[in-house]
Amino acid sequence: MKEYTFFPGCSSEKSASAANMEHSVQAMCKILGIQLNEIDDWNCCSASIGYAGGGQLPRLAMSARNFALAQQQRGTTDLVATCAACWLAMRETAERIEHEPEVRADINVALKEANLSYEGGIKTRHLVEVLIEDIGWEALKAKVKKPLSGLKAAGYVGCQTNRPFGIAGESYENPLYLDKMIEATGATAVNYPKKVACCGGALMFTEVEKSCALVRDLLQCAVDNGAEVIVTPCPVCQLNVEVYQGKINQLFGTNFNIPVIYYSQLFVLSWGGSWEDAALHQQVVSAEVLRRFA
Amino acid sequence: MAYDLSFAQDVYKNSEMGHWIKMCKQCGVCAGSCPLGPHWEYSPRQLFQLVRGGKKEEVLKSQSMWMCTSCYNCIVRCPRGLPITHIVHGLARYASVKGYADPNQVTNRFATKIFWTNIVSTGRVGEAMLTMRLYFVDGLAAGIQRGLEMKDSALGMLMTKRLNPIPFRGKIKGYAGFAAMIAKAQELEAKREAGA
Repeated sequence: MKEYTFFPGCSSEKSASAANMEHSVQAMCKILGIQLNEIDDWNCCSASIGYAGGGQLPRLAMSARNFALAQQQRGTTDLVATCAACWLAMRETAERIEHEPEVRADINVALKEANLSYEGGIKTRHLVEVLIEDIGWEALKAKVKKPLSGLKAAGYVGCQTNRPFGIAGESYENPLYLDKMIEATGATAVNYPKKVACCGGALMFTEVEKSCALVRDLLQCAVDNGAEVIVTPCPVCQLNVEVYQGKINQLFGTNFNIPVIYYSQLFVLSWGGSWEDAALHQQVVSAEVLRRFA
Repeated sequence: MAYDLSFAQDVYKNSEMGHWIKMCKQCGVCAGSCPLGPHWEYSPRQLFQLVRGGKKEEVLKSQSMWMCTSCYNCIVRCPRGLPITHIVHGLARYASVKGYADPNQVTNRFATKIFWTNIVSTGRVGEAMLTMRLYFVDGLAAGIQRGLEMKDSALGMLMTKRLNPIPFRGKIKGYAGFAAMIAKAQELEAKREAGA
C-alpha cells in the first residue's frame, strides 16, 4: 500500500461539482493500492480568481495553512492534489515561499494567528504525476481487464494542469500524457488541435457568452475529429465543457451532446470497475456511449 | 491628468509582479496567445506600454484586465519569460483596490465581493451559495431569469449529486484561527499596497 497526503479541494467535496472525480479517483487508487490521507480541516486554495479579492498575502496564506497542517499532521514532504487550480495555487505558493524571504516572513506572521508556521519543504504533486512516476505506464496498462477497443476519446488537457507548471516532462504546446492514458485503456486518442485550449475557466461565471464560444470551438473540433467522449484531468474543464452544452446549443444553434469524463473514470472502467465505481452515473451529459464496456 | 509620471513607479513597486513590466519588449505574443484576446480593450502588451507612458486612467479604468481567464498561455510563450498572467492579475487587483475599476464590472464584482466573501466566510467554497449569490446579484427578477436559463443544467447537477440542494455550509473546525490568519494577512497586504 502506497500512502500519500492528499488535498482534495472544494469541488471534490460531497455534493460538489467534481464529486464524480473524487469518487472515481478513490476507486482508481483502491485498485492501484494507493491510500490517500486527506489533510484534516484543510481550507480553500483561493482558486484562480482569488487574486482580485485576496491580493498576494491573503491568497498565498491559504495554501500555506494547508502546507503547515500537512506537515504537522503527517510529517509529510509530498502533498498530492487532483484539482488543477488547487495544484497550481499550491505550486505557486510553494515557489514564492521558497524564493521570496519577505513573502515567507509575512506569511508566517499571518500563520502565527492560527498557531501555525511553515518554512518550506512540501512538494505538491498532481495525482497524474504519481500515476506516471510512481506507478508507471506498464503497470497502468497491466490493470486493464476490459480494453476500451474502438472508443474514440479526445484528451482535453486544458490550461492549469499544463501551464505555467505542467505535468513533469511534458511540453506546453503538445502534452502527450493524456493521450497515452487513453491509449493505455485500449481506446483510441483522437488527434485534434484544441487539446490545450481554454474553456474560459472562472470567467464562465461572468463572461458567459465569450466562454461558451471557447467551449463551442473545442467541442466542434473534438466532434469533427471523431470523438465520442472527451477526457480531462481538470474539474473546471469538465464542468464548463459538460454542463454548458445546453447553453451553448441555445446560444449558437448547435446540437452537442457529448460526455466529458475524467481520466480516472476511464481507468476505472477499463480496469473492470463498475459503472458506479467509475461514477459514470454522476454525469450530466449521459455517458451511455461507454455502457458497452461496463 | 493625461499623464501621471508617478504611476509607473507605483505599479513597479506596489502592484503584484509589476516591476516586470519594465522588461516587456512589446512583441505582442501575449496578445496573440490570449483565448479572449479579441475582447481586450488593450492587450497585455498595450497595457504595459500604457503603464510605462503614465496613462493611469486608461489602464485602471479599462475592462481589459478582467478578461483574463488565467489560462497562462501568455506566461509560457513570453520570449522574455515575464509572469504576464500574474502582472495582469496584479493590475486588476490594483485597479480594484484603488477604486478605479467599476465596482459593477461583472468579474470585478464576482471576484472581489461574491467569490472572496464566499471562501473566507467558511474556509471553503460553497458552490451552491456561490451560484445563488451570482445569479441574484442584480436583484430578484434578474436572478430568476438567470436561474430559469440554466435550470436544465442545475437540475442535472442536483440529480447527479454534484450540487448541494442546501446552500448553507458549515465552517471549517479551525475557522477562528483561519479567520485571524486572513485578517492579519489582509492587514499586511494593505500596508504593502499603500507603499509602506
